[in-house]
Amino acid sequence: MTQDTVLEVKHISKSFPGVKALDDVSFSVRRGSVHVLCGENGAGKSTLMKIINGLYQPDHGETLIRGERVKIDSPIKAGELGISMIFQELNYTPEMSIEESLFAGRWPTRSLGRIDWSAIRSKTLQLLQQENLPFDPETKLKALSISNLQMLEILKAISRDADIIIMDEPTSSISNKEIETLFHKIADLRARGKAIVYISHKMDEIFRIADEISILRDGRVVETRARADFDIDSVIALMVGRALGHGYPKEEVAHGEPVLEVERFSGPTGFRDVSFRVREGEIVGFAGLVGAGRTETARALFGLDPGAHGTIKVRGRTSKIGSVQDSVACGMVMLSEDRRRFGIVPVRDVKENVTLASLAQFFRNGHLHNAMERKKVTDICERINVRMPTIDSPVGTLSGGNQQKVVLSKWMLCNPDILILDEPTRGIDVGAKFEIYKLMTSFVKERKSILMISSELPELIGMCDRIYVMAGGRITGELARAEFSQETIMRYAMNMPKAG
Amino acid sequence: MTAVMSRETWQKLKTRYSIYMVVIVMIIVCNALNPNFLSTRNISNIAAQISVTTILAFGETLLVICGLLDLSCGSVLALAGVLSVYIFKETGSMAVAFGAGLFFGVVCNYVNGILVRYFSIPAFIATLAMMTMARGGALLFTRGQNIYQIGDYVWFGQGQIGFIPVPVVFMVIIGIVTWYILGHTRFGRSLYAVGGNEEAARASGINIGRIKIQAYLINGAFVGLAGILLMSRTNVGAPNAGQGYEFEALTAAIIGGTSFSGGLGTAGGTLAGAFIVGFLNNIMNLLGVDSYLQQVIKGAIIALAVGYDMWAKVNRTKKSLGAVELSSKPKEAKS
Ligand SMILES: Nc1ncnc2c1ncn2[C@@H]1O[C@H](COP(=O)(O)OP(=O)(O)OP(=O)(O)O)[C@@H](O)[C@H]1O
Ligand SMILES: [Mg+2]
Repeated sequence: MTQDTVLEVKHISKSFPGVKALDDVSFSVRRGSVHVLCGENGAGKSTLMKIINGLYQPDHGETLIRGERVKIDSPIKAGELGISMIFQELNYTPEMSIEESLFAGRWPTRSLGRIDWSAIRSKTLQLLQQENLPFDPETKLKALSISNLQMLEILKAISRDADIIIMDEPTSSISNKEIETLFHKIADLRARGKAIVYISHKMDEIFRIADEISILRDGRVVETRARADFDIDSVIALMVGRALGHGYPKEEVAHGEPVLEVERFSGPTGFRDVSFRVREGEIVGFAGLVGAGRTETARALFGLDPGAHGTIKVRGRTSKIGSVQDSVACGMVMLSEDRRRFGIVPVRDVKENVTLASLAQFFRNGHLHNAMERKKVTDICERINVRMPTIDSPVGTLSGGNQQKVVLSKWMLCNPDILILDEPTRGIDVGAKFEIYKLMTSFVKERKSILMISSELPELIGMCDRIYVMAGGRITGELARAEFSQETIMRYAMNMPKAG
Repeated sequence: MTAVMSRETWQKLKTRYSIYMVVIVMIIVCNALNPNFLSTRNISNIAAQISVTTILAFGETLLVICGLLDLSCGSVLALAGVLSVYIFKETGSMAVAFGAGLFFGVVCNYVNGILVRYFSIPAFIATLAMMTMARGGALLFTRGQNIYQIGDYVWFGQGQIGFIPVPVVFMVIIGIVTWYILGHTRFGRSLYAVGGNEEAARASGINIGRIKIQAYLINGAFVGLAGILLMSRTNVGAPNAGQGYEFEALTAAIIGGTSFSGGLGTAGGTLAGAFIVGFLNNIMNLLGVDSYLQQVIKGAIIALAVGYDMWAKVNRTKKSLGAVELSSKPKEAKS
């Protein structure tokens, strides 16, 4: 241990029923550095961080902060020790306002324990202004999108002025521009001598900000080295235990008739005059920054948000889409970007979650076909490598990425004609991503269509046939495959197609 | 490895069936306290005694799983019961009276469902309102008078099929219906999903409003049946009957592992919960425990039973017992 080490854990083990999540893990972070933690979904990254943050207790092992042995038995204790954490699964308290949530647990008080609301208000305004976030401090969290929630979480963790900041997939639902802002902040924190633990599945990010990289596999640290001693291939090989093909499994598929035509679609959630179409066999992408209105358009189209107007034609026939059931009846389904709120039923098991949207397949005359259900669920889960004790484990106990895979399996099993995917690979490890892209490819080969919203430009560029770019609630550009490039897309996303 | 697996299996058994263990322990203890306890007569007596609240508890189970509840069942039971008795006295037909009892139970619960679905009134408030209305309705209809001399109607509550009391037969049938609904139908799956995460269920194409109304309708039939059985058992169409039954029913469901946060619960658990309460009442009566003291003990035992169940469930995440190697293949790990 060097003088600089602020946080060190030694020989940590932790088991859950059916899973040994951590097995004799040792790990340390130095002052003024960024330590990146990599590993497949379910490798144990979040569990380790939750132990450091006092949310879980380890079965064995010890934690040292600034060289002193400590027992972190609650997040409050962790806060006192100067640790703050951005959680992967954002804590969702719908009825809280922004200002309440920013200062939750550390509300400034006046005499008699009264909360000092005016101080909270002014501090909140100041913070929001600093960060250029155009929110009213009284806005309820339920009114915010997941990207906005994530930016708030980042703000909250950083504003605590902690010495050790843990970031568990902080960029999983924000786009390039916001990621740049975060990276500037991280650089600043590092310069100020803070220690940062950073978890991400995005390889480019990892190599941009890491000082050191540790790789976790099946609950064990298999390697820790300085960034310079790694390259992307070696990281991936160590993570998944085998070499992985580069690139995207994109195949040429003949495009048929338009299956979905949307004309002058506007809605109260902030998108205007959106027109686009999707043809048979096509993967159409939607690019844009946070707040561009992509998710809002898709949600209204799918019938989740009321009050939108415009014409929607499915296979040439005008259809009135007012509810999710209408969409499903038209063969259109949507995977939401926010799996916690709109994706999983955490207390129910994997099997029930996966078959939830396609129950009709498994019921004959209203009676459940048990064996067939188990088989189909096992097949699809194996295909995209969902790691879980059994298909009877509650989804809430799976790691974040594996929960995402469960939601994806649900929609894949549903076998629709038009599949809307909103950030489909959010939080998914590199190996499984590749399998998902392959599934998408085989899906469109069956003359079906995909509409994909993603903030990861490489993924859009790699998988799509056409990309629409949105900014400020409108479509600002449409690009054919030959015209794809990160620069062009970003220009349209900033709504400056001519500049630069 | 086999040792690990068997410990794992044991752990699973313990968490999954902890409530049934409570029942078994209770049987052993009660039998030790009073050797008459396990006699066929006593057991069938207990079953008959708990049948009404257990049927209500099955209805509550369906509702609580889907994030709802019914506070009105005690009152609706009285209303449906007196109407059914009245109709029997008017028509003399058991079948018509039976149908009428179910019908009025369903109607009241249809109103509950409408209030919850279309007016977005929280289930707690909507059924609280119905509780007052239905009680008032029963008293109004009978002008507060009991209806006596109910003749053949007593068969529902006092008859026997073979050596099994009729209400027990009904209880078993309703139990099987509930078990079948929850484990083997689309509707059951939807109930769990709606209660476990309503927004996700909606986004998965489930018609939430319809599911909620259907849940109330089924509950309504159960409540109507309970009303018939209770009136018949007590030999009188009593508009004041069934007060506080909603809490007895909820207690049985909650002891049986149904979670107020929604998405969890089983028919078997509820039956076990109902028997725990039933055994408790019975043994205390057999032992001649003071009736005020009985309430205190009952409360304490309920806390204990639920406490044990929760402990067994939470404990599994704390203890490292039986952890097996993480496997990437779901099939392998299943064994
Ligand atoms: N509360 C819990 N109860 C039971 N099992 C759990 C719980 N939390 C985590 N696990 C299990 O521990 C293992 C490690 O999970 P963890 O969340 O640490 O993975 P991760 O590395 O963060 O993965 P991801 O990249 O998907 O976020 C998983 O197999 C998961 O199923
Ligand atoms: Mg994680």
